[in-house]
Parts: sequence; C-alpha cells; structure tokens
Amino acid sequence: MAECHPVGFQWVMEAKRRGATVIHVDPRFTRTSALADAHVPLRAGSDIAFLGGLINYVLTNELDFREYVVEYTNAAAIVDQEFQDTEDLDGLFSGFDQESMTYNPLSWAYEGARATAAAGHRDMPKPEAGAAAAEEEAGAGAGEEAGSGGPPVPGKPERDPTLQHPRCVYQILKRHFSRYTPDVVEQICGVPKDQFLQVAHAVTRSSGRDKTTAWVYSVGWTQHTVGVQYIRTAAILQLLLGNIGRPGGGILALRGHASIQGSTDIPTLFNLLPGYIPMPHAHHDETLEEFVESDAGSTGFWGNMRAYAVSLLKAWWGPHATEDNDYCFGYLPRLTGDHGTYRTVLDQIAGKVQGYFVIGENPAVGSSNAKLQRLGLANLEWLVVRDLQMIETATFWQNAPELETGELETERIGTEVFFLPAASHTEKDGTFTNTQRLLQWHHKAVEPAGDRRSDLWFYYHLGRRIRQKLATSTDPRDRPVLELTWQYPTEGDHDEPSADAVLREISGVDADGNPLPGYTQLSDDGSTACGCWIYCGCYADGVNQTARRKPGSEQSWVAPEWAWAWPDNRRIIYNRASADPDGRPWSERKAYVWWDREQGRWTGHDTPDFEATKPPDFEPEPGAHAQHALAGTDAFIMQTDGKAWLYVPTGLLDGPLPTHYEPEESPVDNLLYGQRANPARRLYRHPANPYQPRGGDTFPYVFTTYRLTEHHTAGGMSRFLPYLSELQPEFFCEVSPELAAERDLEHGGWATIVTARTAVEARVLVTERMRPLRVQDRVVHQVGVPYHWGPNGISTGDAGNELLPAVLDPNVNIQESKASTCDVVPGRRPRGPDLQRLVADYRTRAGMSGSTDTATNGATTDSTTTDGAVMNRRTGA
Amino acid sequence: MTNQLYGPVDDVAAQAGHADDHPPRVGFLTDTSVCIGCKACEVACKEWNLVPEDGMDLLGSSYDNTGDLGANTWRHVAFIEQAAPRRELVDLGMPGKGPPGHVAEGLPDAPPGGQQTEQSDRDVRWLMMSDVCKHCTHAACLDVCPTGSLFRTEFGTVVVQEDICNGCGYCVPACPYGVLDVRPEDGRVWKCTLCYDRLSDGMEPACAKACPTDSIQFGPLDELRERGAQRVRELHEAGVEEARLYGEDPNDGVGGDGAFFLLLDEPEVYGLPPDPVVTTRDLPSMWKHAAAAGATAAAAVIAAFVGTRR
Amino acid sequence: MGLKTWLDHWPVYRQLTGTDPLGRGAASKSRRRAELTPRTATAERVVKSVCPYCAVGCGQNVYVDDGTVTQIEGDPDSPISRGRLCPKGAASEQLVNSPTRETKVRYRRPYGTEWEDLDLDTALDMIADRVIQTRRRTWQDTDEHGRYLNRTMGISHLGGATLDNEENYLIKKLYTALGAIQIENQARI
Repeated sequence: MAECHPVGFQWVMEAKRRGATVIHVDPRFTRTSALADAHVPLRAGSDIAFLGGLINYVLTNELDFREYVVEYTNAAAIVDQEFQDTEDLDGLFSGFDQESMTYNPLSWAYEGARATAAAGHRDMPKPEAGAAAAEEEAGAGAGEEAGSGGPPVPGKPERDPTLQHPRCVYQILKRHFSRYTPDVVEQICGVPKDQFLQVAHAVTRSSGRDKTTAWVYSVGWTQHTVGVQYIRTAAILQLLLGNIGRPGGGILALRGHASIQGSTDIPTLFNLLPGYIPMPHAHHDETLEEFVESDAGSTGFWGNMRAYAVSLLKAWWGPHATEDNDYCFGYLPRLTGDHGTYRTVLDQIAGKVQGYFVIGENPAVGSSNAKLQRLGLANLEWLVVRDLQMIETATFWQNAPELETGELETERIGTEVFFLPAASHTEKDGTFTNTQRLLQWHHKAVEPAGDRRSDLWFYYHLGRRIRQKLATSTDPRDRPVLELTWQYPTEGDHDEPSADAVLREISGVDADGNPLPGYTQLSDDGSTACGCWIYCGCYADGVNQTARRKPGSEQSWVAPEWAWAWPDNRRIIYNRASADPDGRPWSERKAYVWWDREQGRWTGHDTPDFEATKPPDFEPEPGAHAQHALAGTDAFIMQTDGKAWLYVPTGLLDGPLPTHYEPEESPVDNLLYGQRANPARRLYRHPANPYQPRGGDTFPYVFTTYRLTEHHTAGGMSRFLPYLSELQPEFFCEVSPELAAERDLEHGGWATIVTARTAVEARVLVTERMRPLRVQDRVVHQVGVPYHWGPNGISTGDAGNELLPAVLDPNVNIQESKASTCDVVPGRRPRGPDLQRLVADYRTRAGMSGSTDTATNGATTDSTTTDGAVMNRRTGA
Repeated sequence: MTNQLYGPVDDVAAQAGHADDHPPRVGFLTDTSVCIGCKACEVACKEWNLVPEDGMDLLGSSYDNTGDLGANTWRHVAFIEQAAPRRELVDLGMPGKGPPGHVAEGLPDAPPGGQQTEQSDRDVRWLMMSDVCKHCTHAACLDVCPTGSLFRTEFGTVVVQEDICNGCGYCVPACPYGVLDVRPEDGRVWKCTLCYDRLSDGMEPACAKACPTDSIQFGPLDELRERGAQRVRELHEAGVEEARLYGEDPNDGVGGDGAFFLLLDEPEVYGLPPDPVVTTRDLPSMWKHAAAAGATAAAAVIAAFVGTRR
Repeated sequence: MGLKTWLDHWPVYRQLTGTDPLGRGAASKSRRRAELTPRTATAERVVKSVCPYCAVGCGQNVYVDDGTVTQIEGDPDSPISRGRLCPKGAASEQLVNSPTRETKVRYRRPYGTEWEDLDLDTALDMIADRVIQTRRRTWQDTDEHGRYLNRTMGISHLGGATLDNEENYLIKKLYTALGAIQIENQARI
C-alpha cells in the first residue's frame, strides 16, 4: 500500500499512531513492510492456505462473532444433501465434469431454495434447467460483478440458528477448513507456525463489538487462477469476525488506475452492462422478461433489475424503446462464451478479429505473455491507438522483440495503424470513480493542443460520423446505431461534447426530463431513463453532486459532502451491519448507523444502506418481492436472502468455497489434495502460450511481478517523464543473497530470467529483503520482477510481462501474473535468433513439446471461440 | 555581537540584520519513523523549483537512484537496508476486548520466532530518510561566500541567489554536510531554498506539502523542536528505543540545524556526519591576524568609490 | 536612479550602513530575490482536479497561466488526500506538459516502414469506414444453433480504466449499438 498507494497509506500511519497494529503479508518486503509492525513473507500463490488457516483458527477456537454470524450471514442455511466437498473428493467439489472440465453447480444449492448470485455468474443453470443449458452457459464469462446483485432464491433457505445441523453452512465450513492448521500453513506458505499464530492472535483480538480489523489488498490477491476465491476467503474471515459493513472493517481493494472502478461500474467489459447488469447470452427468442427472470433474484434489491434494465434501454434508445418492442432489448448483442481480452488476442492471431481500438492501455508490454499480444497486433487489419505518448502498442511494427528474432518483419506486417494523441486529465471535464466508489469531477483547465482530443470527443464524433454514413441504410442491423440517443451539446472550437450532459444521462431523468434523486425512483414502465442505475442521483436536483468540494476540515469524518459515492452517496456499504439486530450500535466506539426509535428511521454518520424506515423487527409477508422480502435484520440487501454468503450456493464457476490450489506453474505439489491446480481454470492452448510442466528443476524458482512507487503500470504515464524515470531508471530484478550465490548473480550486474515463453534481461538487486522460504521440506527462492518497462521512453528495459503465461481465473478472466516459475542465470540475454534457441533448449530440457518456432509449431492450437475453458488434464489430474 | 560563528543563537534573522518584525525562524522536522521512501519530496521539489533531471543511473543502492544531494537534487531519499540479529517478537494483539467468547488463556502465546529461512537468525529493517540542506544556525557556506550570493533570509533560512552567484565554489567545501554543489551546465551553485518564494507568500515548501505521511514537517523551528521531542518520547514509550533527534541541538557544532531529523539509528547509518562542526568556527582567531590589513584595504576601497562617484 | 537608490542596491553599502555588518542577510538580498513571487500567486486560474494515476483519487489544484498549466499541487481540501501527492501525482505537471507527448495524428499504412502525417478529420473518417466495413463483413445474426446473436466479432477494444466515466459510457453505448462485444479494459489486467 505504501508502495503503490502512498497517499492512501497516510491513513494507515494515522491508525498506527493511534495504536493500531499493522501487519503486512506479502512475498515481498516492500515500503509497506518497512513501516509495518510485522512483515509476514509467504510463498506467492499460497494465500488461500494462509487465510484458510486463519478461518480454521477462528472456527476451532470458536472466536467468531456469533451474533453477527447467525443474524447477518448464511452460516445457518442448510445446504442440499447432494453437495460434496473437496474434503470428500480429493480437491473437487460435486458437479465436476471431467469432459468439459467445468462444474455443474446444482448440487451446491441451498436445500429447497433457489438462489441467484448477487455477483458473479448469474445466468447459471438452475434446478429446472437441463444439462444442455448448463454446458452451453456455464463456461461463458458472466464476469466480474463486484458489488451488487444476488442469486435468486424463491423463498429463503432452511436455517438452523444453533449452527449444529451437519449440513448447515457453519458446519460445512468447519469441516472444509479443518485441515488448514498452523502446521499446514507453515508447510504450504513457508510461514512459521509461531508467526502465523501471532497474526491469528492480532486479528482475532482486534475484532468484535468494540474493535474491527480491515484487510487491504491489491492485485497480489486477484491475479491468480483462484483470484476470486482469494477474495472470498478474506470475505469469509471478515464475516466470521463481524468486520463487514462497519467502520474500520471491510476488505478494501486498492485499485491501480484513476477510474478502474468506474470502468467496471460503467463497464468497458464484455460481459457487463452499466451497473453490473449482465450482458445477455445467446438464446432462442429470449425476452426481456426471461432475461430478468434468469439473471435477477426475485428477492433483495436485484428484484428490481427490470427497472434498472428498462431505464438503461430508455437512456440508450429513447423514444424508440417501447413496451411493445421490449424496450429494444433485441438491440443488445449476445454473448456465447468467453470474449475476454486473451481469448480475443488468440482470435486476432487467427485472423478472426480485424479491428482493434486500444485506448489508454499498453498491452504490447502490459499484458501477460506480451508476445502473444504483439502477434495479435501484427495480424490485425487495422489498429487505433489513443494515448498521450508513443507507446509500444503503437510502435510494435517498429520495435517488437520479434523483429530482432526474425519472427516478424516490418515489411510483412499488414496492420494499418492510426495513432491519435489524447487529451490529458487537465484538458477535459469528467469524473473518475476512485477505489472507494467516489465519483470525483475534474474540471478542464486548458485546451488540448494540436490534434489532441478527449476520448469523449473521439467516440462522440466517431459515432456521429458512422451514423451519418449509415443514415440512408434500411438494413435492420443498422437500426440500433441509427436510433441510438446520440445528441449531446458541443462547445468550443473543437466541438467538444459536454461531459456534463453525459453525466446527466448517466444519473437519469424522469419522463419530463427532470433529474432523478436516486435509484429507488427507477421504474420498469419506461417512464425513467438512467444510463447506470448505481450512479442514479449523482446529478440529483440538477446539481453535479460529483463536483462537490466542501473542505474535509469543515465536515464530519465521513465527509459526505465531498464528491459523491455510489450508491446513494453511501460511504460504507452494507452499513446496516454496523448495528446489532435490534438496530443499536454494537458498541459506542463503533457506532455508525443505527435505528432511531423516536423518529422511526435509520440514522447515523452515513447514509444508511437500508430502507430508511424499515424497522429492525420487520418481518416480510410470504411471497413478497424484491426488498420487500427482506427482514429488518437482512443487512445484505443485494442478496436474495439478505445474508452475506460464507458459502456461495450459486454464482461461481470453481466452487462454493475457497480451496487451496497451486498456481498453474508451481514448484510443489498440492499438499492438501490430489487436485493440484484449480480444475476450472481457464487455459489457452496455443503454441505461443506454452505452460511449463509441474515439478522438475528446469524452472526451479518462483517469480512474482509487481509495481514500484516511482512508476505506473506498463509505464505509459511514467517512463516518459524525466522526474520519475531518474528515480527508477531501468528494469531490475530482486533476488536474495542465497539465490545470488546459488546462481552466481552479481549485485548491479545482469541476470537473464527464463520461462517457456521467452527470456528477459534485468539488472540485479541482491537484497536481504528477498528471502528463501522453507516449503514442504525444500527451500523455495522467489524472484521479484517489477513490470513497468519496455523499449520506449526515457527509462527503458525488457518487459517483465514477457515471462508470464496467459492462464486465467474462470470467474472473472483475470490472468495469473503473481505466481509463476522461472530460471535465472547470470549475464545478459542472447540477441536475435539465439534468444529463441535458448528458450527452445529450456523447453526441451523441461520435456515440453514444440521447437524454436513458436508461431508455427508446437502443441495443439485452440482456434475456436468457445472452448477457452478447456483445461490441461495432465497438470490438472 | 555574540556567537556570530559558533554556539547557540536566539535569533538568526535579527543577527543577519533583518528588522525586528521579521517572521519566526522556520525549518523542517523530517521524521524518518514514518517515511515510506516514496520520493514525492524529490519530485515535488524539482517540479516547483524547476530543477533539472539528474541522470539515469541505476545505483544499486537499494531503491535509491538519486545518490546524494547536489545542485540538481535538493531532496534526497536515502534507503538503508539492514539485516540484524533477530529481535524477540512481541505479541501483536492490541490490548482490549476480543470477540465474544474469546479466551486468551489456553492459546499458545507467540513465542520468539519468525521466519525460518536459511538465515533464520536475521531480521531485515529498511530505513528511509529524506535528506535536505540543514539551513544551519552557523552556515559556513554563507560566511565564506565572497559575492553575497548566499544569504540568510528573514525566515532564518540560507539561500543561494543564482543572480549573484559567480560559481567560485568556496561554499562547496565549507559545508560540513556536503550539501552545496556546482551545476556544471551553468557553473553556479544550487541548493534547497526552503522554497523561499513560497514562504514569502505564506505557503509551505513543496516537499513538505507533498509528503504523504507527513514525514517532512514544516513550521516555526521552536514548534518543530517541541514536536520532535514529543515524538521521540512517544516512540520511546512504544519501545522504539533507537529514536533520537539529529541536528536539533543549538549547542551542537553548527548551532543547531533549521532542518533537523528524527532518526532510528546512528547518523552515520544514514550517511550523516555524527558531529558536524561549522568550518568557520576558527575564523575569529584567523581574523585577528588579518583584521588590520583587511580593514585598511576596505576603507581605502570605499573611499575610492565614494570619491569617484562624487 | 538617484544616488541613494543606487547605493541601496549595493550590498556593501547596505552591509556597512545597515543592521547586517557581516553581509549575511538583509544586506545581501538581491533585487531579484526581493521581488520573487511564487507562480501559484500569479496564476490566472486555479482549477480543481483529480490525480490521473492510481485510484486513491487525490485532489489536485491545477494552476493555469496564459493557457498553460504552470503547476499542479495537492488540494488541501480533499478529505482523501489532505493536500498530499505521491511522486507520480507530484509529476503530473510533467505528464501534461511533456515535450514528448504527441500532438499530431500519426499513420502507418499496411506494410509501411515509416509513420506518415494524416489530417485528424481524415483519420476519423477512415476509422469510421473501417468500423462500418469490418462490421458488415463479420456480422452474425445467429449462431450455428440458430440462437440470436446480433453482433460482430470483428471489432475489439481494450482500455478504459484511465478514462472518465462519461467516456466509458459513450464507448460502451456506441459499441453495444454497433454489436461489438469484445470490449475489455485493465480491470482484468
């Protein structure tokens, strides 16, 4: 956190000054470790075992916050008797299909109740759906839907509040994690038992009525083949300790780009529509009603999904969207599976995808297996790159490493490249959504020079021009384009569209064009239009709420009048849980929102994340719909059952509970199960994306990629600036003195890091901050690889991302870039074709098929668009 | 006129001829116990003062690729990696109530231990410190400057005036901290001005403003000294016995620094001289010999000027 | 310039006649130094902004003079950042004023070996044509099972996490209307 979010870290230092204990669990010793009370180094890729150990510690010693757990989580819910755990099936849950290597999740369900996920994969097979439908849909990337929605449950599950029923979630959890003992943690993670127990003591003692513990994570937790389950493990721990929805608690994602949260909320993602409404999947004649029915629960706030969806369609197609035509639901394109970026790159290589827009991103050095990315770029018909600087993705035809090795030739690359200079944040109006869900407006300070334009300008005018060119078309497929609401006021010499007007559309209006106050006002009869339901109200009262800047010093510590948080300006979501079931604060010290009996409403420091006047003792009528089906104690209002899910009966593609699996490339076997890696992980079999076999000593070391304070992501906004470049002027790797001795690496000298993909060279920092770990009776060395570099700019070097395989978490399609294996040798890497020979030699030694020419030779080629989920059975067995 | 060259001085600005209503002496307290080594200070300083980039060299000195203070580096973050014998681990649990049902007894207390590695007996510590010109009470640089380029401001800080500096470089060896440096490109000396221009407008220096964790604190020196002492007490109470102030003592060899530090180890560890002494301390005895000749010459020169002008 | 004024600018005169006999302070202050004003004080406008790097969302004050950004500092009003910035945020001025930032459209024709100039308007027109042609060529009404698709698989997109919400909104809206679905950003990277 100090490393990549230094200004946010000031609050950790404030907390420390007030007596908080700060523990840093990370394979690296970073600038955060330097300021923490304890640094707990662990093997990259082993966090589920570590967190699972903490869960086991809590359950074994009955340290859970029992009242919170019983009332606010699904601990008491009874699970279907068909369910079988990884403890029963040696690392698999029930429902796994060896042929397709996917799960049918039906047996994970609650007994007698149907649930729909509030997040994750919602259009999943339900009990009434056939096996064919399961096969058709389960592999589809339904995506990263953090934050809202819930699995549909017609009626709540059977519960045992005593938590004694053998099939209640609590007991399942207890059995599932019982083998995650301190000894096992030590064996898997390399964290000594004593140090683990120290952490366990600290976390449990600092949780309860009067205290809370927060977990803060970044992509060190998400970029794994089990990334979603990492977060799930933390969620289970925090729920057991009562640390969710309360001040000082939570699981806080530190995200890495100015509006990466915003680009998930209003998604430039294939599987989502604005506000985490799923993109529809391909069906025969699916109606809007059926879409809503299969994706939304009938209870909880997602029960209103039809209103959110209709309002979105009204925002996009205006008067053309009517009840008679299902509000233009048919205009939406349909998904048939994984259309994520790695799948798309393979289709670019295969010539199926011809055009590519790359806007403010630099995949040629920034994505896993960067070569794969460049091969994709080289096989396009046309490419549009918009950026501030001339980044590697625009210049791949000039300086891709494949030109040097002879795999590509500039004169034979047919890609037509348009580079369009972009406006910077000071040259345009607009909002960023920060990592706390805060929308903050930034004002334009100066006009962009030359051809520089905002992306708002580019897309508005591109759309305008396409519409002009299609204006006379009678082709029905052009109607969605021609009928699109695309009238935005423009201003200035460049005809810059008004970001303010776009934000008004996002926030929503009623039938008369008046701004809506909030999402509860959205209607499913076409009388409201709203571009993103969770952002509804950010322009309430006709005032740009996101531009509010009342100084923090002039308001309460919650600072509700600074900018605007979604939803409804709530700063902590699920904050109903900050009060006990009767609506009283758990303790005075931790008071946040509470039930005011006299006023008959919820009140407190924040906007209550609950219906304002629903009393704590409210019991719903049988058969009630949406939020009306939730009781006064159902704090998790997006969930169909109003409970936080310790156990996930539907919505995940790789199991209802987190399980320790080894990364795709790991030096050790799975100590706990015969199943080595996540059985449902997404592998892409392609000659240019080879996976290293398990075991052996060809690639004996673990490596992990990361960022440094002085640079930003793949370097497009830092490597070109002198003041940042001089602070970290070139690519380096970090190794321990022990590894340096083992491999004759010289401090300040060069090392070549080799994987089955390629080899890169880096200067060597030998540091005791990197430590060998003892894992399952062997010493594991870890190599640190910061990934900011590429050939362009002032601070240059090889790209660390060249080394990584493209292998993904199945739920959200995020790549495993935090734990892989490599070899390290002293000296610079070979040049030209010799580089390929070196890598080929390694592959041969590792017993891998394939030869030097990865582009034309090697393993089987995955060339269809729907089988990205095929798994490598050899490594999965 | 006392203590012109050595020992404590109550009011450095008044001593340098600034009017009685001059602002209080200001300075920096750099608290290394909260420094995260982010280098925001280095960048903010360069941005404000338009200091040129200073070379693209990977120094291999931990995460420090700046190296040292110089004409093009007015803030420098030092990184010190220390591996020391393992200290006893304390139980990290905070005092106070645990969760319902929590029984502390019966659970194994965390014994001394830690990471079992090949080097299981060693702990790693990473110290970071943002170094800067000390703005000494007795600034030798200023005293040896023949052009009057270096001067004491009304804020008690020491500033090089680039429009006067002729690049003679006398100040460079005079500095006991090695701060002053000639910029090869223009032959003049450059260093931290404590953002003199910003101070004139009531703003704090750029580095202190940017510092994410308030490791760099700016303010009236008296206040900073109190704050520094208080922070040391806090740290000592928290068991950080190594905490100490550096450069804050008016009785030290430079009469105390305007920019002083809270360190977590010996000054040498951070590359700071343990006992800096103003290099002009012995000037008075030398002056005794040169005074007569000097005074005569000066009088003659002035007379000549005045006479000519008339 | 009168004699008195001329003399007042002569440091030695000030040194001998004033309160600073050793010439260490008041007497040595140059005229330029005495007249120095911070550029933040002379800026014609201060514009409220947000740091463009990570997602902490630190407040920024952008100082503008004569149509140029002259300084970017932390906004002390922000309850998130309290006026502070990290090295990247502190380098924002260099980011927006970077001399290597491109100002012109660059074009590389298929199999070309050099960048060429291209008018922005022409570039936009060519891109619009490419989108329309690719879309027509790769359109899918239904799949092999007869399921409704209504899409093109020929157009892909990457990026969005560095953009404004309003920009992502128009991007998603336009692509969806065009039937392009392979839209991705850094959220998975």
